[in-house]
Amino acid sequence: MTPRRFTFHRLWAIVMKEFIQMRRDRVTFAMMIGIPLMQLMLFGFAINSDPKHLPTAIRAADQGPFARTLVAALRHSDYFSLVREAQTEAEAHNLLQLGEVQFVINIPEDFSRKLLRGEQPTVLIEADATDPAATGPALSAVRAIANSVLDRDLTGSLARLRAKDGPLNFSIHAHYNPENITQYNVVPGLMGVVLTMTMVVITSLAITRERERGTMENLLATPVRPFEVMVGKILPYIAVGYIQVTLILVAARFLFGVPMVGSLPLVYAVSLLFIACNLAMGITFSSLASNQLQAVQMAFFFFLPSILLSGFMFPFRGMPEWAQWIGTCLPNTHFLRIVRGILLKGNGPAEILPEIWPLLAFLVIAMTIGVKRYRQTLD
Amino acid sequence: MSATDFAIDVAGVTKKFGGKTVVNAIDLQVKRGEIYGFLGPNGSGKTTFIRMLCGLLTPDAGSGTCLGYDVLREQAEIKRHVGYMTQKFSYYEDLSLRENLDFIARIYDVPDRAGAVQRSLDRLGLANRSAQLAGQLSGGWKQRLALAACLIHDPQLLLLDEPTAGVDPKARREFWDEIHTLAAGGLTVLITTHYMDEAERCHRLAYLAYGNLLTRGTAHEVIASAQLTTWMVSGPDLRDVAAALRTHDGVEQVVAFGTTLHVSGRDAQKLDAAIAAVRDPRHEWKKIRSGLEDVFISLMDAARDNFA
Repeated sequence: MTPRRFTFHRLWAIVMKEFIQMRRDRVTFAMMIGIPLMQLMLFGFAINSDPKHLPTAIRAADQGPFARTLVAALRHSDYFSLVREAQTEAEAHNLLQLGEVQFVINIPEDFSRKLLRGEQPTVLIEADATDPAATGPALSAVRAIANSVLDRDLTGSLARLRAKDGPLNFSIHAHYNPENITQYNVVPGLMGVVLTMTMVVITSLAITRERERGTMENLLATPVRPFEVMVGKILPYIAVGYIQVTLILVAARFLFGVPMVGSLPLVYAVSLLFIACNLAMGITFSSLASNQLQAVQMAFFFFLPSILLSGFMFPFRGMPEWAQWIGTCLPNTHFLRIVRGILLKGNGPAEILPEIWPLLAFLVIAMTIGVKRYRQTLD
Repeated sequence: MSATDFAIDVAGVTKKFGGKTVVNAIDLQVKRGEIYGFLGPNGSGKTTFIRMLCGLLTPDAGSGTCLGYDVLREQAEIKRHVGYMTQKFSYYEDLSLRENLDFIARIYDVPDRAGAVQRSLDRLGLANRSAQLAGQLSGGWKQRLALAACLIHDPQLLLLDEPTAGVDPKARREFWDEIHTLAAGGLTVLITTHYMDEAERCHRLAYLAYGNLLTRGTAHEVIASAQLTTWMVSGPDLRDVAAALRTHDGVEQVVAFGTTLHVSGRDAQKLDAAIAAVRDPRHEWKKIRSGLEDVFISLMDAARDNFA
């Protein structure tokens, strides 16, 4: 047999060796199983492009029977979850501003009277349209719901009110993104996604690389302290993160025409916290990973839910409760709300505060684990 | 002799990893200005011991001082005055020589940094390669860079972990000349090696196996204390002679050296009896001085009997 010919036993030798190595690298093996499972769960169960049970506030100036019927019908529909009752217009707007409700449904004072006169009263629906994907299906459903229930009430002599175009009008006011431009929602969201991807991957590699190449031992034999190594490694990447933030903001403004209602310095300030969260996560990964491949895989494992469950790609409120819980634990979820809030709604420090503390909590936890694990690698 | 005359003065140093004793109650004293050779088979605990000396690892038991600083409590001070060269090249391959040295000089806060880097480049003959990336250097040049880097902060003690592994003989000789020059200037050097010619260039030696320090002293003292008898045989059919000798009691090592055999044993009488049994007039037998290698292999065999 000439050595140039293909032989099965040589091929088999390589195949066996690859399998043995694959089995030795437990983390990689776990990831090979874990990542498809996670994708299956996320795409199969968590993602829903027809979001339902959206939190809604009612401001009912009329408490008449027709108004009550309408409210009851909305309550029973899958799309709306009536969580609040607003007394004043200011209160209703505040709820939208904070993102506590997706819709405010205003029933006017003269609702029943106009209805009975056949004057087609106007119900004003105010929507938080920062994410058009979240509001669209509900808004198209509302008209059908209202007409069908009111038709049931409008019997006998009232049956004449069942006009061809319905007994009432809906006026929809899409706040923050009146033209339902998807880019307005996606481009600010990209900031969180890009920062998550690069910051976590870069830091998890930065320290694993030192260990893999053996330069860590040398570094540890010098008087340099672990804290100095860590912070020294983080600082340059914070600068990189800021360059990315700036790039995206410039592109958002001049390429996509995204409105910037709120304060840009506030965006930069919050970005620091968010970048720190991701760097801490990266360092934690780097202390767990034994080689660079593992570090990249871990970063990917973190990145996947950060785009899918954070509300970046799909409406957060469209996900089942368990997925929302996972999403709530991810820093990107909160950062997206903050950035969209500042840029599109003009949120100030007070309004974004509820999203700040989860970021702080995440930072403290990730940093504690990271430093603890990092210390252990020394001795 | 007062304690400060010792660069290293430790007793009972022990390190365990997961229940396995890697370094077992080692006592070691190294005088200032001495070149101390550390020998032993792979995995004998040499690297772990050195890591404890330079503050990378904390001993589980034991006490002592390194350059007068407590090895358990003053690790930060020790690190400032020790140069440690790791077994594997551990500088940045994607930095140039000058950038590597400059980085280390910054870490140690070396005064007149630019001057110190330049002097270090000049002294080890690296000046005309200073812009080259460390990753592009051959083994010998990498080793020079590593030596330059661990000398840049003017340490009082140099810990070298197998510095000459994979380096050609000429570069090794130059390296040792440099080490002797440094020691003459008062620097203490603790060096691990597997090369016997290098062991003989050390002022004093210690031999480790399975975490235990088996012997120490000058090369002559080590050889004398082993009480090993060695014969050299030359003549035809040495393979048959070797096979016959191995069946006899008292023959511990039969090693081929070119066209001769070295036959050693600790019990001289038993060895003589064994040789008498296989001796025939075709061969020339000559009693020779045991070499360090014979002594170390004998020590290792004895250690395996005791500890394995």
